Amino acid sequence: MSQVSIRKVVKSYEGGVQAVKGIDLEIADEEFVVLVGPSGCGKSTTLRMIAGLEEITAGEIWIGGDVVNDVPPRDRDIAMVFQNYALYPHMSVFENMAFGLKLRKFPKDEIKRRVDEAARILDIAMLLDRKPKALSGGQRQRVAMGRAIVRNPKVFLFDEPLSNLDAKLRVQMRTEIKKVHQTVRTTTVYVTHDQVEAMTLADRVVVMNHGVIEQVGPPQELYHNPATRFVAGFIGSPAMNFLPAELVDDGGLKIRLATGEKLPIPPARLDRYGKAKGRRLTFGLRPEHLTETRSDEKPGVVRIQANVDVVEPMGMETMVHFFTDGVPVCARIDPAVQARPGETLALAADLNQMHLIDDETGRVI
Amino acid sequence: MSSATLAAGAAAPRRGRRPSIARERRWALWTSYIALAIFAVGFLIPPYFELVTSLKTSQEIGAGTDPWFTQHLFFGNYTSIIHNPQFQIFFLNSVKLTIVVVCVTMVISVLAAYALARMRFFGSQMFATGVFLTYLVPESLLFIPLFKELANLHLINNTWALAFVWPTLSVPFCTWILIGYFGSIPKELDEAAMIDGASHLQMLWKIFIPVAMPGIIAATIFAFTVCWGDFLYPLAFLFTSKQMVLTAGIVSTLIHGDVLDWGHIMAANILASAPPILIYAFLMDYYIAGLTAGATKG
Repeated sequence: MSQVSIRKVVKSYEGGVQAVKGIDLEIADEEFVVLVGPSGCGKSTTLRMIAGLEEITAGEIWIGGDVVNDVPPRDRDIAMVFQNYALYPHMSVFENMAFGLKLRKFPKDEIKRRVDEAARILDIAMLLDRKPKALSGGQRQRVAMGRAIVRNPKVFLFDEPLSNLDAKLRVQMRTEIKKVHQTVRTTTVYVTHDQVEAMTLADRVVVMNHGVIEQVGPPQELYHNPATRFVAGFIGSPAMNFLPAELVDDGGLKIRLATGEKLPIPPARLDRYGKAKGRRLTFGLRPEHLTETRSDEKPGVVRIQANVDVVEPMGMETMVHFFTDGVPVCARIDPAVQARPGETLALAADLNQMHLIDDETGRVI
Repeated sequence: MSSATLAAGAAAPRRGRRPSIARERRWALWTSYIALAIFAVGFLIPPYFELVTSLKTSQEIGAGTDPWFTQHLFFGNYTSIIHNPQFQIFFLNSVKLTIVVVCVTMVISVLAAYALARMRFFGSQMFATGVFLTYLVPESLLFIPLFKELANLHLINNTWALAFVWPTLSVPFCTWILIGYFGSIPKELDEAAMIDGASHLQMLWKIFIPVAMPGIIAATIFAFTVCWGDFLYPLAFLFTSKQMVLTAGIVSTLIHGDVLDWGHIMAANILASAPPILIYAFLMDYYIAGLTAGATKG
């Protein structure tokens, strides 16, 4: 069993800077968890604390049922893949992969068996005699993963492993990593700042910001039911549209935007939002819920007029940007719909998918 | 429209006066070549003069006919120096001492540089600066107190005294070079090794030393050059020819009062210079790579 538990973990640096502020996280055996967040949110520090490369200021880290706070990295039975690969430049691919096993005094035939097996999984068997400098970025990253796989550790740790690769290779390697996890089923903690990587790889995504965990959940859960304004804005590309709003009673509960426009609350949300009357709020709607108008619109969809500012044709969809009371808004429309800068375009806002955020707490209501 | 035309018209002659990139590069190259040629000639004249003089007979040297060329190639100075038992002792002493001091220097420097570059501990930065400051103190200031210390240890006029003294010259600079080199090795490499299960000693032996080999070779060459070429300490601490090393030995045995045996002195100098020249000729690339690594790598 190789669960990882992070309990009330704090990391402070000299000068009082707190990189991680008392986080709690339970990672199940064989689970693939992705820590995601902007630079400086504490995700890499958390990973390095799990690895034992950073000391913990307070709290406990458990790996496989043991507290590992004072256990050196080599005795934690973990393997780590670094952003810059960290391959030993003077060793061949085989020697790089075998290094950890040699240090642990594995028999030679066992080392060979494990390296060959990992090379087969990663499709690098023909590269075993090469030095790292003779490999491409993608091949180097595979070798780095191979070095982790051969050890058959309790936990894999990935620290932004795809950041140094070009966009095409990144997509390809993402699939490879997912495939490898499906094959070896080792508990994995993966750090990235790329939310697409997080969404595509994770069983559960952990969104971090300013040293705290904002939300933990499966990718779809985070996308459709964000807990905070930060998560709502961070997950999803293009980001969710946010507009200042307030709730008013005007022949039923309605949202009044800064422009004065009043949007009716869908009946299913009336109970949830009723208590928020009088608070300062933010209205949130994802671009894909602000689309071209249709004849068969369902209840809860309202029409608005937009003065188009910029049009971005993407092929399978078109992004339309406009301003509402000085706030930029993005809509995602069918590419067949004609939209030109400077023209007025009728759009349909699906309020069944709206979010209301309490400005004071930053939490989604 | 008209203002745009005027602006374009005003810009045209200025562009014409601007020197081209090719011309600027040519100027820079020529200036560099001339400066380098002056330095090269300036530094190569003394060894050339030494070589020519070593191939002349005493009569030809005394006659002072042509300082730049010899009329007849004469190898007698070399054969007599090579067969000179004193020169053989000097050479052997220099070789023994240099090997010992280079080994001692490298062991101390590699360990010190690894500790100062990678093992964060209280005062490590201060120690690193202190190591370099030690290198800045000149020999000429140190040899009197060192003489006193060696006298207390009863090591005056003992070849092995230099095995204690020379590392004070070689260790600081070698450590400094290696701190820079080790510092340029990505931190993730030792973290990966640490996770793979390596101890600090294994990390040093299996990762740092092989990866930093150009820097280690550069430091080794430097240590060799310092020991092999040092003149002041042997002259100050050694008196008898049995204990002497090449640099001070050549001068003290081949100059008799005011009689200077130029042919033999020059031949002995050329022979003494041969090992460093050979080492530099074969390892020059490593030396340059090692010295510049800290400056150019991330």
